[in-house]
Amino acid sequence: MTGILLLEQTLNGLQFGLMLFLLASGLTLVFGIMDMINLAHGALYMVGAFFAAWFTSLTGAFVWGVLLAVPATAVVGMLLEATLLRTLYARDHLSQVLATFALILILNESVRMIWGSDLALSPPDALAGPVELIPGLYYPSYRLLIIGVGLALAALLYLLVVRTRVGALVRAGASNREMALAMGVNIKWLFTAVFGLGAAMCAVAGAMLGPLLAVQVGMGESILILAFVVIVIGGIGSIWGAFVGSLLVGFVDTFGRTLLPFLFREFLPPQWAAAAAPAVASILIYLLMAVVLFLRPQGLFAARS
Amino acid sequence: MKHMQTSRAWAWWLAAGVAVAFPFAMQALDETFYISMASRMLIYGLAAVSLNLVLGYGGLVSFGHAAFVGIGAYTVGILITEGVPNGWIGFALAMAIAAAFAAVIGAVSLRTRGVYLIMITLAFAQMVFYLVNSVKAYGGDEGLNLSERSAFGLGLDLKDDTTFYFFVLALLAACLFGIHRLMHSRFGRVILAIRDDEVRAESIGYPVYRYKLILFVMAGALGGLAGALMVNQQNYVSPNLLHWTQSGLLMVMVILGGVGTLAGGLWGAIVLLTLEDVISEYTIHWQFYVGWVLLAVVLLAPKGLAGLRWPRRRKDGRP
Repeated sequence: MTGILLLEQTLNGLQFGLMLFLLASGLTLVFGIMDMINLAHGALYMVGAFFAAWFTSLTGAFVWGVLLAVPATAVVGMLLEATLLRTLYARDHLSQVLATFALILILNESVRMIWGSDLALSPPDALAGPVELIPGLYYPSYRLLIIGVGLALAALLYLLVVRTRVGALVRAGASNREMALAMGVNIKWLFTAVFGLGAAMCAVAGAMLGPLLAVQVGMGESILILAFVVIVIGGIGSIWGAFVGSLLVGFVDTFGRTLLPFLFREFLPPQWAAAAAPAVASILIYLLMAVVLFLRPQGLFAARS
Repeated sequence: MKHMQTSRAWAWWLAAGVAVAFPFAMQALDETFYISMASRMLIYGLAAVSLNLVLGYGGLVSFGHAAFVGIGAYTVGILITEGVPNGWIGFALAMAIAAAFAAVIGAVSLRTRGVYLIMITLAFAQMVFYLVNSVKAYGGDEGLNLSERSAFGLGLDLKDDTTFYFFVLALLAACLFGIHRLMHSRFGRVILAIRDDEVRAESIGYPVYRYKLILFVMAGALGGLAGALMVNQQNYVSPNLLHWTQSGLLMVMVILGGVGTLAGGLWGAIVLLTLEDVISEYTIHWQFYVGWVLLAVVLLAPKGLAGLRWPRRRKDGRP
């Protein structure tokens, strides 16, 4: 029984971590290459989720909803980059915080004006039920799909960044922006492309998580902070760091929430355990980040030397 | 900082005059609702001014200031709930506990710098946020409703909106004057020297880390004071007061008003909350328009509103 519970939670942690990775990968590239704090990254995740819900209701198929939401969000992201965010790269972090905070307000309210405060999005009927993975372990098939999509995209992104010429330019930009500029990399084009890619990843995460959480205005704010935690733990600008950080945060958070109540009940009076376990569980990942920062200020896998 | 001494003294006296006359004017116009609204602006102003202490003068971007405000608010709220409405005890404890948290958070966070400082202060603030959320005995995520305000004796009745307004105004004025004196003292000069060139300050022999930590604790204590006022103004406190977007909002106020200017945070708070109130009269989508105003400020007035008004008075050209 315990073994099956552990396995189930491992899959949950993996699923959560992979979705975090989709958000964190774009964020870490933007942060690492453009040296830009983009608080509006979470808003793109929300835009992606709303696009997915809207296209799904228009076409009647979840697949089409997701497939159309991805390019649509990428276009929104690239438009934002080309019109506004590009002017912020040279500014200090404070100005970037103010501008992208303003962008959150604008995007949140735009979405509310267009679609209202929330939209319904449910997974396709074919994936509604659970599958029996091993005898005794029933796991929702939709969550398995999320894990599959997450793994596939992580692999794709890895190949793109590590094996292609564009990826080499991205890595060059992340590790030393001035040098990449001096070597003649077309930074303008590269930045827009990276931003579009990040927005597309946001859209996938938003569309896939939409049916599990909720497609609503403000959904980006809470998950944005988690994505920041991930990239700070992993090391800003490092894709591999974002991957490891995402899984770490996914597992720590998931296991914290399921195992701590058991653990606390062993040592504490029941009413204390009931109160303390959820609190400590929510704090766990921030504690992890504080410890990592304290011991290795540049994160686990620093992109810059 | 020099601007406050002579050339802009008249502006301060003018602002003080307007602030004192305001509640009487509103009473004469029978619009007493605005007195309570003005109190709220001044309290947010105090919170932003306290953040500016670290953000502007210290050059330390703390993204978790709402935690100190929230701790102050919860301290007073919990004391009142437990039958201790004494304001002297409540306010002193609010500042002391916020300062204690600031000491612990600062001791760890100030060893990092730049982006990492932003993130680690954010992380600590999130911890406090979830901690407060989980304390079911005091409302948990639903917050804490209060039936009375702090009592200071001395014939002060804080339930009266005008009295409360002047109480807030007096505290704010005292804080502004205190910070003004502080930044002109030896301590303040060292803080500015550290902000401008940390390595230089350290090589001259100043214990940089200790100075930063003291500044951080002061800002935390003043944040706690703002929180103590806030819970009194609203008769309510909820974990939302500690959410990271509140920290962002305080930062926005400081940047909007002008980073590193004495009253920048105050002006930023007044402008932002006025915008919010005015625009929300006309549309529920006020955030949309406030967002555009903020964006315009970033793009057109890089040094905030203070930089717009006195472009030539800034000698060093730094924010």
